[in-house]
Amino acid sequence: MPKEIVCISGKGGTGKSSVVSALAWIARENLVVADCDVDAADLHLIFAPEHLKAEDFYSGVKAVIDPGLCTGCGLCADKCRYQAIFSENNRFKVQTLDCEGCGYCYHICHAKAISLPEQLVGECYTSTTRYGCSLVHARLGIGADNSGKLVAKVKNEAKALALEEARDYILVDGSPGIGCPVVSSLSGANVALMVTEPSLTAHSDLQRLWKLIQKFQIPAACVINKADINPQISSSIKEWLRQEGIRHLADLDYDMDFQIAITNGKSVTEINHTKWQPVFDQIWEGLKEIQ
Amino acid sequence: MRIAIASGKGGTGKTTLAVNLSLKLAETTSTVLLDLDVEEPNSGIFLSGDAITTHKALRRVPQWEQKACTICGKCPSYCRYNAIIRLGDHIMVLPELCHSCFACSELCPAQALPMQGLPLGTIRLFKSGTLDFVECRLDIGLEQASPLISQGLSYIDQHFARHQYQILDNPPGTSCAMISAAKTADYAILITEPTPFGLYDLSLAVETMRHIGIAFGVVVNRWGIGNNDILEYLKREEIPLLAKIPHSRAIAASYSKGEILYQSFPEFDDALKLIISHLEARCQKK
Repeated sequence: MPKEIVCISGKGGTGKSSVVSALAWIARENLVVADCDVDAADLHLIFAPEHLKAEDFYSGVKAVIDPGLCTGCGLCADKCRYQAIFSENNRFKVQTLDCEGCGYCYHICHAKAISLPEQLVGECYTSTTRYGCSLVHARLGIGADNSGKLVAKVKNEAKALALEEARDYILVDGSPGIGCPVVSSLSGANVALMVTEPSLTAHSDLQRLWKLIQKFQIPAACVINKADINPQISSSIKEWLRQEGIRHLADLDYDMDFQIAITNGKSVTEINHTKWQPVFDQIWEGLKEIQ
Repeated sequence: MRIAIASGKGGTGKTTLAVNLSLKLAETTSTVLLDLDVEEPNSGIFLSGDAITTHKALRRVPQWEQKACTICGKCPSYCRYNAIIRLGDHIMVLPELCHSCFACSELCPAQALPMQGLPLGTIRLFKSGTLDFVECRLDIGLEQASPLISQGLSYIDQHFARHQYQILDNPPGTSCAMISAAKTADYAILITEPTPFGLYDLSLAVETMRHIGIAFGVVVNRWGIGNNDILEYLKREEIPLLAKIPHSRAIAASYSKGEILYQSFPEFDDALKLIISHLEARCQKK
């Protein structure tokens, strides 16, 4: 089975996608990349993917009231816990954004005026990239509440592809936070790669993330980005990593190469090969060793 | 006036802006800051003061009462989230999948699924100088942020409805949590950085705001990195640019220590003044 490495951070903007794209360049002949930050996916800006396959992603339902059948009794609006049903000219309507698709209203409507059509909530793509490796990515519709399910779909596609292409690794770019998409990206993963930075906020977020990872009993490793911006906090993060038994793989300097790379749609390993290849080689070798 | 500080991309400066803007507003006007980034609430790191009250937020989940149950088998068919499973003559509830819709509980003919409260998170009230600060913190391992976000908003409705400014520090992204946090706002400030990632994620956040019908303006943080594409985008889309905050390593270092920025960095204070004058103009129009 391919080994699945999930890159997450707790806090947003610590450099997950920069690290993933640099590692993908290093290991491009032996991996499949999965962009699981489905509501703000950015890796396509680096990988210049060409879609081989685009698939609609349907998940969940939303209530719709047929105005011709609605008798205006208002029971649905009374029962809706999400205040998603409101009255207009004695007829009731669903505020789609607020509807959670629970179907309670559908069950209780005496006039059978409510239907629950399945929702198209996103699109999932399988692509070839200029690196040579395949990329599975997705686009979640605005306000969609099935991000966890779309993450699972992206990961399953990536797994199938890795087996088909005989690749040993799946590298997953995760979402910020510790909620539904992150939980879904950790499910079935083999290693969690945490990218952090030396700020009080990032360290606090990292600790919450680690508590979540421990529930999955997955080994974790950590890269400290912009490590030199606050050497004192960097040291205390490293001390914390030691205490928790999390492997520290590397410190990355606060370096404009990262911004320059992103601005040019490249990874740092591409734009400054001499400086960054050894660093990311070391990170990748470290990740390979973790069982 | 309720103002959501939001972004598509994470780490663009939502919390920094929310905290500094709130503190500056609170110098002269009644202001409450509500941290709705419930998965990773960080505003409190920048603010002094101890919690005045702590409220345990609960979520409602059905609990199976074996004695009352007639095993009619209807409840699993009411639940669209597969949170209720029948195993022979036992009913199993999976709280992590439950969306608290109450359908199974209220439709059960035997009333064998009463709702009970399970921990969701904490809502804490702080006083930091003249600023009222409410933090919503989701318990680790819970996947759904929106129920706690709704409770946080109800909390400020109850306690701070008369404050001149209610500032919301939103979660990143464009999915349900971000919309739950932003949808009751009068105005949104989208903060981004001038890189292709920042621009792309901003365009998603813009789409989201237009979809839910909330007026918004943009603040560009770390101005000086990346390129100028964002200015062309804002012009083309006719989106007001409220302020640019210059990129500075010194600001990043000060942020890392959890410091307040506007008193030490005049360029940051200038950006806040521009934003506040825009907000005041909107208030007067209202």
